[in-house]
Amino acid sequence: MSFVILATIMVIAALGLLFARKPVHAALSLAVVMVCLAMVYATLEAPFLFAVQIVVYTGAILMLFLFVIMLVGVDTSDTLKETIAGQKVLAGVLGVGLGAILIAGVGQASIATMRGLSSANEGGNVQRLADLLFSRYVIAFEATSALLITAAIGAMVLAHRERIDPKQTQTGLAQKRVADYAASGKHLGPLPPPGTFARHNSNDTPALLPDGSQSKKSVPAILAGGVSNGSNDVEGDDA
Amino acid sequence: MNGLEQFGQDPWWIIAIKVLLVFVVCVVLTLFNIWWERKVVARMQHRIGPNRHGPFGLLQSLADGVKLALKEDLTPQKADKIVFVTAPILACVPAFVTFSVIPFGPEVDFFGERTPLQLTDMPVAVLFVMAIASIGIYGIVLGGWASGSTYSLLGGLRSSAQMISYEVSMGLALVTVFLMAGSLSTSEIVAAQHDWWFGALLLPSFLIYCIAMVGETNRAPFDLPEAEGELVGGFHTEYSSLKFALFFLAEYINMATVSALATTLFLGGWRAPLGIGTLWAGANEGYWPVLWFFLKMFFFIWIFIWLRGTLPRLRYDQFMALGWKILLPASLAWIVVVAIIKMAAIQGDFSPSWILFGFGLVVTAVVVLGFLNRMPEKAPQVTKPTGGYPTPALPQGGAVRGAAQPLVFGPDAVQPGSSGVRIISSPEDELSEDALPEEAK
Repeated sequence: MSFVILATIMVIAALGLLFARKPVHAALSLAVVMVCLAMVYATLEAPFLFAVQIVVYTGAILMLFLFVIMLVGVDTSDTLKETIAGQKVLAGVLGVGLGAILIAGVGQASIATMRGLSSANEGGNVQRLADLLFSRYVIAFEATSALLITAAIGAMVLAHRERIDPKQTQTGLAQKRVADYAASGKHLGPLPPPGTFARHNSNDTPALLPDGSQSKKSVPAILAGGVSNGSNDVEGDDA
Repeated sequence: MNGLEQFGQDPWWIIAIKVLLVFVVCVVLTLFNIWWERKVVARMQHRIGPNRHGPFGLLQSLADGVKLALKEDLTPQKADKIVFVTAPILACVPAFVTFSVIPFGPEVDFFGERTPLQLTDMPVAVLFVMAIASIGIYGIVLGGWASGSTYSLLGGLRSSAQMISYEVSMGLALVTVFLMAGSLSTSEIVAAQHDWWFGALLLPSFLIYCIAMVGETNRAPFDLPEAEGELVGGFHTEYSSLKFALFFLAEYINMATVSALATTLFLGGWRAPLGIGTLWAGANEGYWPVLWFFLKMFFFIWIFIWLRGTLPRLRYDQFMALGWKILLPASLAWIVVVAIIKMAAIQGDFSPSWILFGFGLVVTAVVVLGFLNRMPEKAPQVTKPTGGYPTPALPQGGAVRGAAQPLVFGPDAVQPGSSGVRIISSPEDELSEDALPEEAK
């Protein structure tokens, strides 16, 4: 029963993955498939795999996918233009081939009730898994982890860049600002935000200075009509 | 009490009552925590805080909740409608679900049935909490993306990066607990803390977890996803009305969840605090453990509030450096130490408790002392007023100490000259901000 519900949701989500126009919607459909897969594991009495599936695939890997896709922007959607010549035909042929293999494979399997679950989970699911991983499959386990670490180090090496100039610290930047002030009188602090102590807070309302005059520096140059930020404050001039 | 066998035996109506109770506890806790936070922060800032609605202002959060629900629900034009609506639900539901594996007490007499005070438990309960929490992140990230606003997007990105980074340290801090308890189920971890709380036995793990849980819940000083100085409201900038209320609810339930998890994993769960259990045998039976559990949980929530009232927000790179370069290697090293000590204890047939406790204490002391030593000693900076800017008058007789004075209304209330802003208006002080640059030119 639970399989029927989960399978329905999974198939719908998988179709959504294929047909969604926005990449984020596709990634979300994939997330639904992953979570449903985890629930299938839970119904098959594999609680550890259930938790790990969600933590690793949904929580970490797919989140990184989303991270990249989101930076592309909200409005981008897939174009139907072929970038590789003959891509559609090739994809169709390979898809039909894969489908044929899957149908042949699944058709061979005999579907009956699950067997051996109780003996496999004897003494606790987590404990039995740990027993297997650290005795019979220890070499495969260690090889996989070595492979993953190699991949991580490879990514770091590819992304690594030698620092040419020294790293700027907060102290260094502050000292530089003070030195600039001493040398050329460049204003030390941040510019006054628009609308400070004024009656409006729109971006083109200049801030009021303590003496009641207006600070033109507080209005972005482009709003003030191309007047550069270095100009003096003019009393009564409402930009 | 025989492990996980006791779960999944309840009749349906008991399960229904338990589900309802978990929901009610989560919502009431949220209302209470908001009130408590406002009250405590107000005390820390010499204010009084909410005191109008109900006794001690307790109904303030209820009134605010109703007001929030009745506000206009805005959807930005550029928003992705479906995801925009789904996101708050996605943030809120996992927050409730994680509470289902928290043990509030031992087996009790519950409307005539023997049942543990816990909705359910499973062999991987703690991992389950981590997994569900990672789904909750989706709500925040998608809410940030779907709003179609740059501030929201940046807030969402920050929160996902932050939660992934701190979930790693958090998970590694939990590994030592699993090593010592020999189980991942919450009820068995509580049972394993019969003699020693893991908070004492695994002090470094406890501290790492405490830091990571603040990062995980986006709370100050790690509330970079909603840094109002830079991102307006972060991921929830564009949200209003009930959708915003759901995000708010999720944040406070998550705070309660990590506190409850910290209680369960490190402070002995529902077990009576030190000593009471030995003096009074009934302290760990019946419904008393619920009291101990909530006392410990409120201790953690109080720490959350205290941190918020005390610490300024971290810079983003410092925050990431803390997570990846300090907490992560530290927890890895500590796991190795715990594994070695535990293995040696099994081989040599002795109890590892005192060795672990001493080792953890020494390591923590060295780290804390090293940190204190690194602080540069600064002479107090004395600055003379330069004039030209309005300088606020300092309170007479130095800094204010103690609680705030209650508000008094009426003609006698105003005491002129005791406070307020002083504006210097002598002629030589009327310098415009450009006076100096002109001289320099």
